[in-house]
Amino acid sequence: MNCDGVIRELSNFLDGELDPAVQRELERHLGDCGECALIVDQTKKTVQIFCDSEPVELPAEVRSRLREALRRKMGPSSA
Amino acid sequence: MTSAIVREDEPALIAAAKAGDARAFEEIVSRYEGKIFRLAQNITRNTEDAEDAMQEAFLKSYAHLQEFQGDSRFYTWLVRIAVNEALMRLRKRRPNQVSLDEPVETEDDLMPREVQDWGPSPDKQYAQTELRNILSEAAEKLDPLLAVVFFLRDLEELSTEETAEALGISISAVKSRLLRARLKLRERLDRHFGQGAPN
Repeated sequence: MNCDGVIRELSNFLDGELDPAVQRELERHLGDCGECALIVDQTKKTVQIFCDSEPVELPAEVRSRLREALRRKMGPSSA
Repeated sequence: MTSAIVREDEPALIAAAKAGDARAFEEIVSRYEGKIFRLAQNITRNTEDAEDAMQEAFLKSYAHLQEFQGDSRFYTWLVRIAVNEALMRLRKRRPNQVSLDEPVETEDDLMPREVQDWGPSPDKQYAQTELRNILSEAAEKLDPLLAVVFFLRDLEELSTEETAEALGISISAVKSRLLRARLKLRERLDRHFGQGAPN
């Protein structure tokens, strides 16, 4: 497998969706190619950093306007 | 991988909401409002449009609740409505903006051009607020069609199949867009993390 092949299969590799033979081939390439190893490691870190970041809370006034719109739609019997 | 956001009582809540129980529907809304707002923000990049899209998505899901058959997850069904609402608003602001099924899949420019060493914990070099700004800026520059796939697959942990269903695109399109999104975000972060620790 060459560098292009690693990039094409990168997502499948990170998601553990590669055929075992292809995975071994890719891992062999990573052992020999420092640049591809960096790209794979950094892409994995990128996903992790986004996942770890605190999501912005729904602003209270946005929530309140949504509830108001729902109440209008659902009628006076709703909470 | 399937997200753990579905609680056991959800089918009962949906059944109650279908039978006219407004409190049950409000409970469903409270579970998903934050996620749907963030999804809409990811697509529209505009807080006002995101709020409108979220509100309309919940109102439409309520109006069409009887059509939800339960053969997919409620969240996937809701995401599809919200994505359409968000895209409609995005197209109004950017008339040349693409539709969801536009082919953005090209394989010719995937190879990263910039690769620098980030060190072991690049994110720890930044204060929370600064890091949040870096991530927001990176995400905002991403094509919305790629951003929505990244959001659903990596942040919301929907499976590839669920994402394809929610967006009405093929599994291969989901995979291709996810790869491109991840690579582009890596490249954007590389501009910060590749320069070593901030002063």
